[in-house]
Amino acid sequence: MVRDRKGYREGFMTERTPGFSTLAIHAGAQPDPTTGARATPIYQTTSFVFDDVDHAASLFGLQTFGNIYTRIGNPTNAVLEERVAALEGGTAGLAVASGHAAQVLVFHALMRPGDEFVAAKKLYGGSINQFNHAFKSFGWNVVWADPDDISSFERAVSPKTKAIFIESIANPGGVITDIEAVSNVARRAGVPLIVDNTLATPYLWKPIDHGADIVVHSLTKFLGGHGNSIGGLIVDAGTFNWSREGRYPMLSEPRPEYHGIVLHETFGNFAFAIACRVLSLRDMGPCLSPFNAFLVLTGVETLPLRMQRHCDNAKAVAEWLTIHPKVAWVSYPGLPGDRYHTLAKRYCPKGAGAVLTFGLKGGYDAGVKLVSNVKLFSHLANIGDTRSLIIHPASTTHRQLSDAQKVQAGAGPDVVRLSVGLEDKEDIIADLEQGLDGS
Amino acid sequence: MNHDSYPDSYIRGILNTVKSIAMVGISPKDNRPSYFAFKYLLERGYRMIPVNPGQAGKDILGQKVYAKLSDIPEPVDMIDVFRAAPYALPIVEEALTLKPRPAVIWMQLGVRNDEAAAKAEAGGMKVVMNRCPKIEYGRLSSEIGWIGVNSRTISSKKAQLLGKGVQRMSLNRQTMTGGATSAAQRAQEDGASAAAESGQKK
Repeated sequence: MVRDRKGYREGFMTERTPGFSTLAIHAGAQPDPTTGARATPIYQTTSFVFDDVDHAASLFGLQTFGNIYTRIGNPTNAVLEERVAALEGGTAGLAVASGHAAQVLVFHALMRPGDEFVAAKKLYGGSINQFNHAFKSFGWNVVWADPDDISSFERAVSPKTKAIFIESIANPGGVITDIEAVSNVARRAGVPLIVDNTLATPYLWKPIDHGADIVVHSLTKFLGGHGNSIGGLIVDAGTFNWSREGRYPMLSEPRPEYHGIVLHETFGNFAFAIACRVLSLRDMGPCLSPFNAFLVLTGVETLPLRMQRHCDNAKAVAEWLTIHPKVAWVSYPGLPGDRYHTLAKRYCPKGAGAVLTFGLKGGYDAGVKLVSNVKLFSHLANIGDTRSLIIHPASTTHRQLSDAQKVQAGAGPDVVRLSVGLEDKEDIIADLEQGLDGS
Repeated sequence: MNHDSYPDSYIRGILNTVKSIAMVGISPKDNRPSYFAFKYLLERGYRMIPVNPGQAGKDILGQKVYAKLSDIPEPVDMIDVFRAAPYALPIVEEALTLKPRPAVIWMQLGVRNDEAAAKAEAGGMKVVMNRCPKIEYGRLSSEIGWIGVNSRTISSKKAQLLGKGVQRMSLNRQTMTGGATSAAQRAQEDGASAAAESGQKK
């Protein structure tokens, strides 16, 4: 058989990449080798036996793949890790206790005391607090930039900058960040771009396709989708070159924790995920319960169906709110007049997510009354549940910010945030209608 | 062969067929990637032959080290090149003189030398470049899934235990293509072609 080296694409015809819905069900999973169990077993165990002393040493030294202790890795969690990595188009994943934990571990693998990172100022309030307060204890210094003005990111970069952090669809106000533009800044600065893709999920938007080097998730939200499990996940895009001397010692230097191995040499394009696992997670400890992983996995199987319904319902609610006499303004990128609509059509054409904000003409007091009057919407601090959720961010999720910071983050005193659920949209709208009638 | 991307069937075919692997450029230091790959493959039943002139006559993991390929007194099915890209060419040229001729030239992560590949293929050898056999075995057996790595495979069939030890899987696993990592693939190709270019220039 004559083979033309340039033209012969042997595998092309036989190797179709499966679609998103197929991967959402199958990636990372297989029938259990011992029992044939089809659903992913919940390996509710703390530890795993070794063959012998040499096997144990190999595992501890990272020389072989396998399970040691659930803080570091667990087979149920592993299915979830591979599932989300495959859906995002990444090389590897790491499941952790919460979205906050995912962020701590990512920065632990990247930062030294005194380092800086640039972050978009339009973020979930919890992230803003983490960056402004908790991270200071480690000497990790945030420099804020405006996602609506990319030049502010360039100005924020300094020789001490180690990363840039943004949200794809930002919480609460449905801000769409121009990932490619920020990615260009990150590339020029020689730092990885971290994208929190919680509100979009890979069904709507895959940040890695637009230059993200690391993706983080709160599994608690749309990926798990049912409001029952707290969890977080880190995805390695496999795109960043860690070998630049000295900038990222966790990846480029011989590690004393492992007899001097150099992680990026040993683990190639999934070295960052490994660093987060064997250096950060191992020593800091915020691991995910296998039971939570199982519940999140079950949710992920229906991610495409749920996200599409979330978006369709949210769009209907947003449109209805726009024409309501008591509503002053609505922020939802799915609306044609919205300032982020063009970016939304470009980056997440299937839908603009399920989270939207609006302001009532009656201001703060009207907002508080609405939140009390609704009977179908649940008043609680969460997003991404099958149930429709409502909250007043200024007095809760963004409470600890200054008034100016609140407004900047899209959480001013009159703002009400909805996470539109999967109920019949007529019922969702009827609940808001009766709630607004009383306010 | 398109050396930018290999079908799983090609890689699985190679790793399921070869029985003996000569690793050229293996390090005796137990924290080096070459040592890790050697040990991993040894544990999975491959006859592993270390080749390193500086260590000739000594043992690595109980296997006698040879100075060069032509010193090896038994047939070698696959040559695993753990050296920089420019060295791939003289290694291929030496491989072509071996009797019986090895079936496969495998070059490690970051090692890509299209000229050496062409020569090897013209001599009837299969070539794999810029891949690690440990990672590929891990992917195709599903072992690598245990550490959350995207194996880029999906399957509705049970994976097979290797039968040696509690956490060792066999390559006899029926899979179809899974999730892609296009961005990582592109980044790797950019890196590998840059390495190849700088290799060729030497």
